[in-house]
Amino acid sequence: MPEINVTPLGAGQDVGRSCILVSIGGKNIMLDCGMHMGYNDDRRFPDFSYITQNGRLTEFLDCVIISHFHLDHCGALPYMSEMVGYDGPIYMTHPTKAICPILLEDFRKITVDKKGETNFFTSQMIKDCMKKVVPLNLHQTVQVDDELEIKAYYAGHVLGAAMVHIKVGSESVVYTGDYNMTPDRHLGAAWIDKCRPDILISESTYATTIRDSKRCRERDFLKKVHESIERGGKVLIPVFALGRAQELCILLETFWERMNLKAPIYFSTGLTEKANHYYKLFITWTNQKIRKTFVQRNMFEFKHIKPFDRSYADNPGPMVVFATPGMLHAGQSLQIFKKWAGNEKNMVIMPGYCVQGTIGHKILNGQRKLEMEGRSTLDVKLQVEYMSFSAHADAKGIMQLIRMAEPRNMLLVHGEAVKMEFLKGKIEQEFSIDCYMPANGETATVTTNPSVPVDISLNLLKREMALGGPLPDPKKPRTMHGTLIMKENSLKLVSSEQALKDLGLNEHQLRFTCRVQLQDPHSDPDTLQRIYVHLKSVLKGYTIQHLPDGTVMVESIVIKVSSSTEDPNTKVLLLSWSYQDEDLGSFLSTLLKKGLPSGL
Amino acid sequence: MAAHLKKRVYEEFSKVVQIHQEEAPAKKLRLSKPSKSAALHIDLCKATNSTDALQYLLQFARKPVEVESVEGVVRILLEHYYKETDNSVRLKIASLLGLLSKTQGFSPDCIVDDAINTLCNEKSHQVLAQLLDTLLVIGAQLPDSATVRQRLIDVACKHLSDTYFGVRNKCLQLLGCLGLVDSTLNKESDGAGASIVMVRDVQSIISDYFGDQDPRVRTAALKAMLQLHERGMKIHQIIYEQACRLLSDDYEQVRSAAVQMVWVLSQLYPESIVPIPSSNEEIRLVDDAFGKISHMVSDGSWMVRVQAAKTLGSMLQVSPHFLEQTLDKKLMSDLRRKRTAHERAKELFASGEFSSGRKWADDAPKEKLDTNTVNLIASGACGAFVHGLEDEMFEVRIAAVEALCQLARSSPSFAEKCLDFLVDMFNDEIEEVRLQSIHALREISKHITLREDQLDTVLAVLEDSSRDIREALHELLCFTNVSTKECIQLALLELLKNLNKYPTDRNSVWKCLKFLGSRHPTLVLPLVSELLSTHPYFDTPEHDMDDPAYIAVLVLVFNAATSCPTMSALFSDHTFRHYVYLRDSLSHLVPPLRLPGRKQVYGLDSVDSGCGSGSVESAQLFLQQSLNRVSTIQNLEAPGAQELLNFTIRDLQRLGELQTELAGAADFCATYLRCQLLLMKALQEKLWNMAVPLCLKQNVTAAAAAQEILQETYKLEFLYSGLENRQVATIHHVRLQAKALQLVLTARTRQGLDSLINSCDKFLQDIESFQRLFLTELPHLQDSFVDKLLELMPRLSSCKPAELVKILQTTLRQSGLLQLRLPEQIHRATATIIEPTGESDNPLRFTSGLVVALDIDATLEHVQDPQNSVKVQVLYPDGQSHVIHPKPGDFRKPGPHRHRLITQVYLSHVAWTEPSQIEVRLLLAYSSSSTSLSSTASHQWWSDSMDGVPQPEAAVEGTIELSKPVKVYIMPKPARR
Repeated sequence: MPEINVTPLGAGQDVGRSCILVSIGGKNIMLDCGMHMGYNDDRRFPDFSYITQNGRLTEFLDCVIISHFHLDHCGALPYMSEMVGYDGPIYMTHPTKAICPILLEDFRKITVDKKGETNFFTSQMIKDCMKKVVPLNLHQTVQVDDELEIKAYYAGHVLGAAMVHIKVGSESVVYTGDYNMTPDRHLGAAWIDKCRPDILISESTYATTIRDSKRCRERDFLKKVHESIERGGKVLIPVFALGRAQELCILLETFWERMNLKAPIYFSTGLTEKANHYYKLFITWTNQKIRKTFVQRNMFEFKHIKPFDRSYADNPGPMVVFATPGMLHAGQSLQIFKKWAGNEKNMVIMPGYCVQGTIGHKILNGQRKLEMEGRSTLDVKLQVEYMSFSAHADAKGIMQLIRMAEPRNMLLVHGEAVKMEFLKGKIEQEFSIDCYMPANGETATVTTNPSVPVDISLNLLKREMALGGPLPDPKKPRTMHGTLIMKENSLKLVSSEQALKDLGLNEHQLRFTCRVQLQDPHSDPDTLQRIYVHLKSVLKGYTIQHLPDGTVMVESIVIKVSSSTEDPNTKVLLLSWSYQDEDLGSFLSTLLKKGLPSGL
Repeated sequence: MAAHLKKRVYEEFSKVVQIHQEEAPAKKLRLSKPSKSAALHIDLCKATNSTDALQYLLQFARKPVEVESVEGVVRILLEHYYKETDNSVRLKIASLLGLLSKTQGFSPDCIVDDAINTLCNEKSHQVLAQLLDTLLVIGAQLPDSATVRQRLIDVACKHLSDTYFGVRNKCLQLLGCLGLVDSTLNKESDGAGASIVMVRDVQSIISDYFGDQDPRVRTAALKAMLQLHERGMKIHQIIYEQACRLLSDDYEQVRSAAVQMVWVLSQLYPESIVPIPSSNEEIRLVDDAFGKISHMVSDGSWMVRVQAAKTLGSMLQVSPHFLEQTLDKKLMSDLRRKRTAHERAKELFASGEFSSGRKWADDAPKEKLDTNTVNLIASGACGAFVHGLEDEMFEVRIAAVEALCQLARSSPSFAEKCLDFLVDMFNDEIEEVRLQSIHALREISKHITLREDQLDTVLAVLEDSSRDIREALHELLCFTNVSTKECIQLALLELLKNLNKYPTDRNSVWKCLKFLGSRHPTLVLPLVSELLSTHPYFDTPEHDMDDPAYIAVLVLVFNAATSCPTMSALFSDHTFRHYVYLRDSLSHLVPPLRLPGRKQVYGLDSVDSGCGSGSVESAQLFLQQSLNRVSTIQNLEAPGAQELLNFTIRDLQRLGELQTELAGAADFCATYLRCQLLLMKALQEKLWNMAVPLCLKQNVTAAAAAQEILQETYKLEFLYSGLENRQVATIHHVRLQAKALQLVLTARTRQGLDSLINSCDKFLQDIESFQRLFLTELPHLQDSFVDKLLELMPRLSSCKPAELVKILQTTLRQSGLLQLRLPEQIHRATATIIEPTGESDNPLRFTSGLVVALDIDATLEHVQDPQNSVKVQVLYPDGQSHVIHPKPGDFRKPGPHRHRLITQVYLSHVAWTEPSQIEVRLLLAYSSSSTSLSSTASHQWWSDSMDGVPQPEAAVEGTIELSKPVKVYIMPKPARR
């Protein structure tokens, strides 16, 4: 039986460094190639030695697919392609291709320039890596090679995020990447058609959460910000430069406009401006409202939001600052956090998920004293709020996607093991399909039952149609006669005559002959006549002929009568039929063995 | 339209001149009949190949065929059909047959046989489908013929097993359109026992195709079933289960149709009980269907989602606990806690209660067996609206809001629950959705009382920059109940803020406060001293009476005081003074108060307070009596007649002022009587017999009167809505009299025979057209001016102008007063310009030669089709005037018979040295031709030219002043160079 193997190198029962290997129909595909935020050592990249100990990956992988530009999905890409070595195609959507190098460059700068690491990929490597990228469009089927094809679907989550449908023959896998089933202020909801894949590999970040309606969340958020501003406090919103940040900007921007607020909103500069530029460009990937109104005004051209300067953090009076990175683990957001943490009027709003080990995770868990580098401690007095603005599907959303795609098996990645366990149970209950949740390095195997396509000759089909009932019912199997020819890589079902002709063979006749002894006192011709009459009465609807040469023909079956040499009363009937008339022939032989009725 | 008009004109003609004209078209038809079919025949014979034939047929299809020649054409087509080998030509012929059998007056039963015959011999599937379509048309044309119907159904059943989806589609469509409503039909079952006749009804035949392999056929089957339902057949309940299965079809059009089907069945059998598969429980069908359709709100296709959301709104019989599940957030908030305390939340999750008694987690065995049903109840219906309101597509969101509104209107408890969600929708990113949800909340507001926090969210929208949103919100606040005095204070505060920010909202805010006050007198009471800033010991400064904010507060307080007599004790002296002032200046906002120790101001007040339904009746009676009194005037010369008319007009005018319900009718009568009075005065001049040069002055006044009557008749005709044909005839009659008067005057004063002859011709044409238009009304016009003229008509048309004038003169003087009968409801179109107010002393400055935009805000009442008829006129001091046509988008419709015009007009002028005033007013444009289409009246050849210049026979365009002019101070400055 053919099988599909899925091995997560990262993101198996974990969040971060997504990297999943799929082998399907003899093809090996790498899905995402991310880094882990929580580690600064070798563990931050997936362990590519799993694929091969030494040498390049090119010969082991048919293609690499990147679902979206978040670093935990693409952070290890230059490392893999340039340092480990991979020259095959890398697929990603247009926005991802545009934004990904910006983030990678930023990541490189922080790691190399700030932390002083060596043996890290260089800018040139990022550029070289991006040269290998093949862009994808939504709903466009791309043939990687003759058998492997991939198709991207809209996934929400961030600009350009995509789910991919990977298909080899009739086997298929869907990888969701990160996705969002509820639309937000700037992106639409994920959508997939009923493609019924063999495996649906889904993220499960919020496997145990069913979030409140989005509007309540928005209102809460705005209310919290508004209240804090009115108190004269400063609000820090740590975000990643792209994605949630833009949504929150749109939200605050419109709110400021409506409420006519004056407090400044800042956005940490640098890559943001570039990123906003791309958001303005890829309008087709945004939601209905932005798509429809951009002709009048592009929503990403902010009026109230200004670029942030380091010195503004000490300014008196209320302000709102969006700063990167989102988990408070480094960079500007951490600097500002340190400055503002002492004042209880201030507030930090964590709008997304925080990986274990980051300061964001710590303060969310209620830690009020933080150990900083250099053994100093930091008292956290400011208010810590968590707003689930993270654009991942919640439990209901995951269920909804399963209902949309109707997979045969389910595989969970990108989530915590305990939570996955719960969702796994739910999925198995509700949909009665198998659900897997392999850990990193563990392989999940799914046997498939792929249908084998066979060409059927039209003549044969028409002949069968003419024989059978009114309409072929697609839901019922039906038997038919034909010859299956396997030639090279193709299978063909043709009628036997056609097969003989094609293969240049002579037809062999197969005839069964059988002797039946019969006690009958009459002369041979009379016996034959009696048999003829008998058969005529029994077999209605068949053509029975009494031929002048002393034989009876029932369809193509020949019956001859001869007297036995020993006893003239014992007649020997000779029945002969061809293979095709086996049913009728055997019926006749048993019928005649019973003897002729005396009434004749 | 033009053809329609022509036909009408022709019809009217045919009544008058009977023999001549009827013959002509008949003859024409007979002539064309052979030519038409013969031409086709020749063409088709000429065609050497199929492409040519197709070309001929296409050309032929462009021209209509007369009823008489249809049959001939059909024969030729069929003949050719049998000979034709090309599929496309046969297809075209088949479609032509369908088109031809639609011809009015042609009964297609003669071609049924032929069509069925061709059907039996046809091999091509496409042609078969087209032929079936033709049969469908024929069947629709012959709804009463049972045999034809039976045959068609048989044919459809026979071809249902075709392999081409189009044929099956058409067969199902045929069955849906023609399937017998109450009897079963026979179907020969083929197979072994050919003699057995299986009795099956249409529904089960159609429902067999719910499982067809082609989605288009499945859709067609569902549509056919819905068609049967529309035709009044009761769909069997068995279908329900099958339709439910189709809800999970792969194709969206099937799902969409299935949603409709399930809905239909849920309306037919709401109370029957259906089992939940794989469990012992049973629920009502309507609940089950509701759950299933709720499930479709999270469908993959947005078309289905819209359909499902819309459908939910009309399922009013659903049980309350199912209804409330659609908004159930319990599950979610439980799960939110779960994130922080995982273990505990898991328990909560498991015990997450549902009113149906089902639980999310412990229904495992059921779910395994059938995910569909249990899913629905566990998670489908649950939060359907939460999903719908969050949908990506605003179409779905709007549909969900509408559905919520519909459901909430019939269930107060649900209204209470959905309040939060609707309020949330006020923050939607699309304005349309926000507006819709505000409207929805207004509609259900009688069921609900807003809490303070909810009100807070609602009021936040007052700062919205969109005027529509703000006004919708004001409207909403008019109908809102609030729970505490803090709410009132909050609302007032926000409204005043609103007033400050957007001063143009003044009227709307005042109105809003008026209702807020009168709704919550007890809540306002404790706030009064604070609001009016009175103090028990100290005198506080008097507020500025011109401050709109202060007026707003007073409006709130005074309205609350009407039903709270103790309140007035808290007023300070100047409050009373202000009351009197406001009562006078803003009487529509400030109600009459019974103030202790103060004399009631009688007059208007007493009438207002006495205004009940009884007084309306008595006023109606009065109106009728006055009219009856007037009708006693038989002769215009009668002494005292003028005086009586004068009095009646005055009475009616006063009545119109007092009784708003009857204002339209009273005004209408008064204007009419005024016309009569004017006519009477003009004719009563004793100088008619005098020589012309001696009575020049009288002539001038009479001419002016005639002109005025003409003006008034236009007002009568176009300004009032609800007129019947009879009143229109009366108005036209008066107009005719006025014109006769004009003609007489012209004859007397002017010299020159040519112009007189022209005018006379014109007048005669007028009479003719009057007769044509009001043929049915003529019996009511006995003994009137027109009646007499019509008697003399043969003589009039032959006599000389001078004689004609003489006849007119005497007839005019002899004719009596035509009595006016009032129609049921007459409303006078009115308009008020709210903005600009015309009070500003600051001139609007702009550089001359450039344009300046002037905002206009006006309300229109009882104006029909304002988009086309209302214009803005700008009158400059130098007499220049501009008429501006507002854009259709500038008109909004806040209520029945009410329109609101918010537009900008662009002004421009050359430089002035001093600021000066321009006048802005609204005009009602009328055109006699447009009304002749909408009403039955038409007076196409009418012309009001005094000087007798022959005018083209065009519709008369004119304008009536609709509103009082407003003065705007402007100052075009010379451009600086």
